[in-house]
Amino acid sequence: MREVYLDNSATTCAYACVGDLVRKVMCEDYGNPSSMHKKGMEGERYIKEAKEILAKLWKVQEKEIFFTSGGTESDNLALIGAARANKRAGNHLITSAIEHPAIINTMRYLEEEGFRVTYLPVDRFGRIRLEALKKALCKDTILVSVMYVNNEVGSVQPIQEAAGIVKAYNKNILFHVDAVQGFGKYRIYPKRLKVDMCSVSGHKIHGPKGTGALYIDSKVKIQPIVFGGEQQRNVRSGTENVPGIAGLALAAKTIYENLDEKVAVMRALKEHFIEGVTQIENTKIHGMYDETSAPHIISVGFAGIRSEVLLHALEEKGIYVSSGSACSSNHPQVSGVLKGIGADQEYLDATLRFSMSEFTTPEEIDYTLEALKSLVPTLRRYTRH
Amino acid sequence: MRFHTFLLKYGEIGIKGKNRYLFEDALVRQVRRALREVEGEFCVYKKQARIYVDCEGEYDYEETVDKLKKVFGLVGICPVVRLAENGFEELKKEVVAYMDEMYADKNFTFKVESRRSKKTYPKNSMEISRDLGEAILEAFPKIRVDVHHPDVLVNIEVRDEVYVYSQIIPGAGGMPVGTNGKAMLLLSGGIDSPVAGYMVAKRGVGLEATYFHAPPYTSERAKQKVVDLAKKVAQYSGPIKLHVVNFTDIQLYIYDRCPHDELTIIMRRYMMRIAEHFAKEDACLGLITGESIGQVASQTMQSLAATNDVCTLPVYRPLIGFDKQEIVDVAERIDTYETSIQPFEDCCTIFVAKHPVTKPSIEVIRRSEERLSEKIDSLFAEAVRTAEVIEIK
Repeated sequence: MREVYLDNSATTCAYACVGDLVRKVMCEDYGNPSSMHKKGMEGERYIKEAKEILAKLWKVQEKEIFFTSGGTESDNLALIGAARANKRAGNHLITSAIEHPAIINTMRYLEEEGFRVTYLPVDRFGRIRLEALKKALCKDTILVSVMYVNNEVGSVQPIQEAAGIVKAYNKNILFHVDAVQGFGKYRIYPKRLKVDMCSVSGHKIHGPKGTGALYIDSKVKIQPIVFGGEQQRNVRSGTENVPGIAGLALAAKTIYENLDEKVAVMRALKEHFIEGVTQIENTKIHGMYDETSAPHIISVGFAGIRSEVLLHALEEKGIYVSSGSACSSNHPQVSGVLKGIGADQEYLDATLRFSMSEFTTPEEIDYTLEALKSLVPTLRRYTRH
Repeated sequence: MRFHTFLLKYGEIGIKGKNRYLFEDALVRQVRRALREVEGEFCVYKKQARIYVDCEGEYDYEETVDKLKKVFGLVGICPVVRLAENGFEELKKEVVAYMDEMYADKNFTFKVESRRSKKTYPKNSMEISRDLGEAILEAFPKIRVDVHHPDVLVNIEVRDEVYVYSQIIPGAGGMPVGTNGKAMLLLSGGIDSPVAGYMVAKRGVGLEATYFHAPPYTSERAKQKVVDLAKKVAQYSGPIKLHVVNFTDIQLYIYDRCPHDELTIIMRRYMMRIAEHFAKEDACLGLITGESIGQVASQTMQSLAATNDVCTLPVYRPLIGFDKQEIVDVAERIDTYETSIQPFEDCCTIFVAKHPVTKPSIEVIRRSEERLSEKIDSLFAEAVRTAEVIEIK
């Protein structure tokens, strides 16, 4: 059966070159970077090269890059590590209401530790309200965290404006960006954006799972959250995942080759998909769908069909998509993001996320549209009373 | 403490007269099956109305006991220390050492009971009990003798070696699986049906199971959950042949043709029919469901009668008088609860009406089913034909 993978915001297939490199590092160049011998230095070289690649992509210094086990750990380290290290300056944190659980749940944990957190509301397109940000800032504010691209509806946040507002208020307030969904789709220059910390993940950009990176501006005070052999300048202990780090860096390098072309193709496919899917009655595109939204994410509500049912019906045709955010959808629950953007009640439990990659083809989009056009009316015939 | 043997006690099957050997042999088979996956070498045999498991070399004690506790038919599991026969003085020392190691606090009453199958042993049973009791009494000042209601009964068996045991770990009870034929369990992903299967298996009945899935309304994960539940039950019941039936087309056809408030009842009647079809094919002697009176609309007395109406095999409902909490308690004990509460939709709830009938009349339901006559036979045949069989070990 034909397989159409439209769940690239959950995870992506690794580039073949990444798979090859990871295998090579794992099986041949397996030295521990901390070892003093030559074999260890081989490992160290992969890490150095990885830092060079990321530093160049972000236009930052190599020493400002740290490797983690993924987006979630990067977010945890940034928030917990910076909040604890700067708590003498204040105890107030700000984030948005539609962040990924890696941010929201870390913030909730910090609330238990005694920090006060403001969750900024968003407009109906899923963008934070800058007015609300201005109002939320106070003398106790030490850290603001806003995501680059929302993982469920694909809204792109006004990071530069937000960071500008924050820094104008008090240049010592740290600004963190969860760029897990934006990395590999947008050119992100933290220094230019006035961003102090930036989280990314490997497996969303055709790299290996279990890999992530965190940019931390050299001026930022941060405490470690895991303790051990003091690797990575004691910010993140633990023997470096050398194969993963090498794979992550190669994936980053590869995805940014011909980026504009790739994004243009995805955007055209997105437009085509939206055009087709809105021909089906009672559907709704969540968030913005012009070029101000992410090129690869389309969130569509199908009134009257439980998302899980449509998801499995598509699965029977070999099409893989998500309901809500795949990272949290082991517990079928109503999406906080859809509520946050004020989506109508009838769509809360009836929304699917289609997410593309550079490998998505027009034929796959047409096949998916055809499947939807035949499935949706049938499924609507049978409903609960 | 290093135990070398388990002495297994069985209850009811001891009294089955001339059939006793059948039950014992079934029990030996079940014990062997239970220990098959455990690391170590085990020799299982029956002798003088007892079952022994000799453990050769290294073995995992915790895991062994855990598996034995899941064998129906065993009422007690006694870990035994085997002592080489080196004369009575040596035996006294070793038994005292045994008591010392087994019981840190010696403030309790005890009694020694002996059996002597090796009749050439220089002392008789009475003398062995008396003299060992004396040795224990002398060794530990706090310990006392109570021959009528001892806290600890120290058992001594003199064979080629001397067997010492004083601990009885409660077994699962019931009867060995395979001594009472087999039955077909209607297994959903819920809390009740695995418990129902467990309870009937406990009486020595082997299990098969039928699960109804309804893609795309129910997911692969819901099916995996049922497989996981079947595996948990199979730890007690032994292998289960699981029939997975694709029920979607029948469900949608009922939805199209019948009153929606009768949907659940009619659907359940077809589930019973299909399960019975497989049951008869595989020589099962009855059906098992997890129903309990009044739990939901489809389990009122009238609804039960309406679903029962389509079966010719007896339908066993071991939970019929249980409250939900009582069922949950068993589910937790047999470790199916955590799996059961995973939130995947099952096919019984997808089209459930807001106000389903609670007092269906069999006549009315039969008439409603006549509306299905056009296609239902072919849909039924198709569901049976395409059913997937999964052998759960």
